[in-house]
Amino acid sequence: MLSRTAEQLYWIGRYVERAEFTARLIEATLRLDALSARPAGKAAWEGALLVTECDTDFAATEQPVTPRAVSSYLTLSPDNPSSIRSSLDMARSNAKSVRTALTRDVWEAINRAWLALRGLATTGSYEDTLALTAMIRAETRGFEGALNRMLRNEAYHFLGLGAAIERADNTARLIDVKYHLLLPEGEQIGGVIDRDQWTTILHTVSANTAYRWLYHDELKPWLVADMLILRSEMPRSLAGATDEIVQHLAFIGKRIGRQGEADRLARRRQATLSRTAIEAVFERGLHEYLEAFVVENAELDRAIAQQFRFS
Amino acid sequence: MGDAFDEIWGMNGDRAGRPDFTPLAHWIASTPPAELDRRQKAAEAAFRQLGITFAVYGQEESAERIIPFDIVPRIFTAVEWAKLSEGLVQRVEAINAFLNDVYGPQKIIADGVVPPELVLTNPQFRGFLHGHKPPHAIFAHICGIDLVRTGPDDFFVLEDNARTPSGVSYMLENREAMLRLCPEIFHLFPVCPVDRYPDELRDTLRSVSPRRSASDCVCVLLTPGHFNSAFYEHSFLADSMGIELVEAADLEVDDDIVWMRTIDGRVRVDVIYRRIDDDYIDPLVFRPDSLLGVPGLIAAYRAGNVALVNAPGTGIADDKAIYSYMPEIVRYYSGGEAKLPNVETYRCREPQALRYVLDHLGELVVKLVDGSGGYGMLVGPTATAKQIEDFRAALIAEPQRYIAQPTLALSTVPTLTDQGIAPRHVDFRPFVLTGADGVNIVPGGLTRVALREGSLVVNSSQGGGTKDSLILSETPVQHQTQGFGGQMQAQG
Repeated sequence: MLSRTAEQLYWIGRYVERAEFTARLIEATLRLDALSARPAGKAAWEGALLVTECDTDFAATEQPVTPRAVSSYLTLSPDNPSSIRSSLDMARSNAKSVRTALTRDVWEAINRAWLALRGLATTGSYEDTLALTAMIRAETRGFEGALNRMLRNEAYHFLGLGAAIERADNTARLIDVKYHLLLPEGEQIGGVIDRDQWTTILHTVSANTAYRWLYHDELKPWLVADMLILRSEMPRSLAGATDEIVQHLAFIGKRIGRQGEADRLARRRQATLSRTAIEAVFERGLHEYLEAFVVENAELDRAIAQQFRFS
Repeated sequence: MGDAFDEIWGMNGDRAGRPDFTPLAHWIASTPPAELDRRQKAAEAAFRQLGITFAVYGQEESAERIIPFDIVPRIFTAVEWAKLSEGLVQRVEAINAFLNDVYGPQKIIADGVVPPELVLTNPQFRGFLHGHKPPHAIFAHICGIDLVRTGPDDFFVLEDNARTPSGVSYMLENREAMLRLCPEIFHLFPVCPVDRYPDELRDTLRSVSPRRSASDCVCVLLTPGHFNSAFYEHSFLADSMGIELVEAADLEVDDDIVWMRTIDGRVRVDVIYRRIDDDYIDPLVFRPDSLLGVPGLIAAYRAGNVALVNAPGTGIADDKAIYSYMPEIVRYYSGGEAKLPNVETYRCREPQALRYVLDHLGELVVKLVDGSGGYGMLVGPTATAKQIEDFRAALIAEPQRYIAQPTLALSTVPTLTDQGIAPRHVDFRPFVLTGADGVNIVPGGLTRVALREGSLVVNSSQGGGTKDSLILSETPVQHQTQGFGGQMQAQG
């Protein structure tokens, strides 16, 4: 497979995952906003900007932090490089270049998602925004479904690799920001918590039911962290995403006949995660732990680029 | 153009249809326009979803449009097609013979058939390739010959596209759409399939590999990238042939050998089906500012290590100035008269012809010798007085840049319009493949239709659309209607 093709497939995986994550984040934030009285609502939207690292750029637009302004910025703004629109634009642009490596189904899923946003200028009301995010989620599900029916060749694994790398990054950011907001300094682990806020996190990663299945317990912050960081049964957890990364790399390595730095980094992370207990994470400091994880994830991304001769 | 010949309804618009065409005429008459409209919209929606789009230069906003598709097909009988194919084979063989000659012994010039300055000073003539023979002595592997028709037996070649002709993906996708949306048509008469074109094309590419073994040679399709107007076609063809779609950045030349960069190292390339014009293919030889090209590609080609399809320099054969000599060129190499005649052409470089053209601008079509896509063209009968005067000035200033042709009463085909089914002018581009084993034509082609009433300009950039082109099979296959318990009977 051409190096450029591999790179573009990898980024399609990342961008579609990013679009879906952002859609989920907006849905969860809308829900949180609806549940809380102002200014808690404002904090919810500020949190969404922080998670997506859009806070500075949004501030530069000099718009007030309102549900409409933020959700519009995160979904449709062409000026926001990580908005859903920008992500889908880039996913489609890459997909156009590598049409030959995609199945018709995969291409159509991406193109449909892109077409659906094309005519929209504003998100509109609460219901309109919800309809929009629901539509994005439906389209990205269609993309995942189409991936599932692909031949398990290099193309499939580069798409999956990109998605898994992006998912690890997004989940780490989500826990980091939310934990900061929700567990102000001095607050004891196990203290009184804002139930709605925690439900929101689970909504974002659609893990409300999964939580009950895994823990048979009421919502406890450290258990949520445990689930989203260490439980490999949970596809959106850092451990789950890492397992996927290792598998995709292993397959590609097998096809090519050799492995490299990216394989080693990914396997090391997998081994570390499997030995880690959540208590140790909290002892080290959750924020420090997640920050280090995001940096390490970026290193893995660079190792992948080097190993497969991305431009 | 009320007196144009209609391919289905004949000269007098008999809606019962000409003999041989009554089944289709009946289908047109009996299918409600609203139903046709519904199917046409379904086809266009599918094209949009597949991303079968093209870019219109100079129109940023509508950067991606689909070419309108007309649901009413055009048909050629087996007899018509047999005649056309003979003419096409003869023409393309002459084109390749001409290219071998002008880049070789130049006998046709020595014999005074074609004026030397028309070849040697032509910017399309790549002098530095003189004396170089491409692998298997084939220059123009893929030709898209544009044909027009004025009567039942009157076909003319309008243009020979011997560089990087496009449009074949429409031949294939239009057929897919017709099979899905109008399956009943294919029961009315036996239609030759077109879907083997990608296989034939791949075989053609393999056959010209400079390395001996054609079975393990590596063929790639070189595209300028996805911003190119024909990118969909590039990816579609690469995909259907199962070869890599590469951009220039994916290739590198080392010691006159072409390699492509892959995730597990580099792989040697033997045949490049390039969809990039000569000018942009190698910045070391042509335009140094081109980012689309592969430095060193021409050196690798001259060293005989890679086949370029089509070969560089083929532009000299489809140049509009050379076009007017095609009947002589065909006669020179084939020894017989051209089976497919040219449209009568006035070479404005000749003073007598120029005088005639200037006196008859209102009746003629004037074209730039090096223009394409319907740009830089005057259609006298529909032009404004100002347009005519502008062209007159341009012609007087640089007559050698222009040719002129009479305005032909192009044939029409029934087409779905806002006012129901009505005749619209068409042309036809079949695709002719030449490999080491000879010439091969898949029975089909691209029919372009001028959707505006009376318009003769079929270019997609100027509001043209496309139709499926059905070539009827010589051996009729009669499908009997049967229930589940019965059997299908094919009588050959």
